[in-house]
Amino acid sequence: MQPIFIVGSGLAGYTLLREIRKRDAAMPVTLVTADDGTFYSKPNLSNALAAGRDAAALAGAPAEKMAADLKATLLTRTTVTAIDPATHRIRTAGAEYGYGRLVLALGADPFPHRLEGDAADTVLTVNDLAGYARFREAIAGKRHAVVLGGGLIGCEFANDLAAAGMDVTVVHLGDWPLERLLPVEAGQRLAGHLSALGVRWHFGRTAKRVDTAGNGLRVTLDDGSAIDADVVLSAIGLAPRTQLAQAAGIPVGRGIRTDRFLQTGAADVYAMGDCAEVDGQVLPYVQPLMVQARALAATLAGTPTEAVYPPMPVMVKTPAHPVAVLPPATGVGGGWKVDATAEGVNALHLDADGRLQGFALTGAETGKRNTLVKGIGAKP
Amino acid sequence: MKTWQCIVCGYVYDEAAGDPEHGIAPGTRWEDVPDAWACPECGVAKMDFEMVEVVAA
Ligand SMILES: Cc1cc2nc3c(=O)[nH]c(=O)nc-3n(C[C@H](O)[C@H](O)[C@H](O)COP(=O)(O)OP(=O)(O)OC[C@H]3O[C@@H](n4cnc5c(N)ncnc54)[C@H](O)[C@@H]3O)c2cc1C
Ligand SMILES: [Zn+2]
Repeated sequence: MQPIFIVGSGLAGYTLLREIRKRDAAMPVTLVTADDGTFYSKPNLSNALAAGRDAAALAGAPAEKMAADLKATLLTRTTVTAIDPATHRIRTAGAEYGYGRLVLALGADPFPHRLEGDAADTVLTVNDLAGYARFREAIAGKRHAVVLGGGLIGCEFANDLAAAGMDVTVVHLGDWPLERLLPVEAGQRLAGHLSALGVRWHFGRTAKRVDTAGNGLRVTLDDGSAIDADVVLSAIGLAPRTQLAQAAGIPVGRGIRTDRFLQTGAADVYAMGDCAEVDGQVLPYVQPLMVQARALAATLAGTPTEAVYPPMPVMVKTPAHPVAVLPPATGVGGGWKVDATAEGVNALHLDADGRLQGFALTGAETGKRNTLVKGIGAKP
Repeated sequence: MKTWQCIVCGYVYDEAAGDPEHGIAPGTRWEDVPDAWACPECGVAKMDFEMVEVVAA
């Protein structure tokens, strides 16, 4: 039988490989990855600076050790350029391989920032370990960082940069940070605590240009105002990598479309992690990809298993004022019931019948998340 | 004995059980787990764990 091919060595690809090995020591697996295959945990990238951890400190086992430990063939620095689902073959720059089953764990690309200006190409993004190494090099000895985007990743970087002693300005299109996840009271509380750390905010704005100005940079916003900066970091969002699947005729929406078994529209081709749209949902977080990896490993071993998620609160790693949020499922009516104390904000999302459907907790209130998770669907 | 939860993936470190597969003997208190230890499930650092109350079943 042809081996299973996994494309991608992020948390999705490697967690799947681990889960396969927990069930089956012998099943031949080849993992192909465009990067060098070093294991690392991506969530560490946005809180490593203040902790004094450089890229080397975040690097886990190198590819050779992963291959030996997990008994897989690893093809590193190898980009898959085409898939032919009809003949069960994938192509790379120099070779072609036949697969038995193919798993796409391709991750997501940072949204293109579309900035103008002569320094637009100096704008940084941090979406993998190599990007983090470049970021550390770029900020060395610098004073003022402008962060574009006040979502989860933008807020985490703002906190980390400020805690590491840099001046930080965040430019955010929304009226408060994480406005799609948090009610205004919770978002403003987070913003306030980051302000206390020195972070400055420009809400309701986007950046238009980045130009060189003297020894540094000038960021021009859509209202014409300008911010002088030394480095600019873009954290405006991620787009699932769908091009490879789309070119192969595999249906894509926001992500590579799959059913609850992680099966794409093509026979024997699966997708998971940040690149996948599983049953209509793109969930670009670690906990869902672990649920997917366990289900898919079972499916590949012969027991078809759906990915069934428990309630999965997302923690925003902002030590200045942490946030835990469980967004209500799409289409749930009702609204927020907000309680604000000195220690934090406790916002419960109640449906029309008064049942708990989600929550947003900040500061010390985050400690209540495990209890609240157990009360989902019930009246608090 | 206390338990600590990974805020990223939900893994629970139970001091009573330790993490023998990764060299942490049963009974190792959280403060004695080395800083270089990482979550065995998702790899995040020790600082991304929080103490959780063990809820009696
Ligand atoms: C800064 C930051 C902080 C985060 N913090 C948290 C957090 O606290 N909690 C949380 O739950 N989530 C967090 N996330 C999200 C989480 O890290 C991601 O959901 C997860 O890491 C995605 O893993 P992945 O394997 O799907 O994608 P990736 O890690 O992006 O891996 C994709 C892999 O595919 C390879 N690849 C892509 N295309 C090809 C190709 N054509 N051929 C070969 N190889 C290819 C790449 O080289 C890479 O190895 C954070 C994300 C970021 C960026
Ligand atoms: Zn973890």
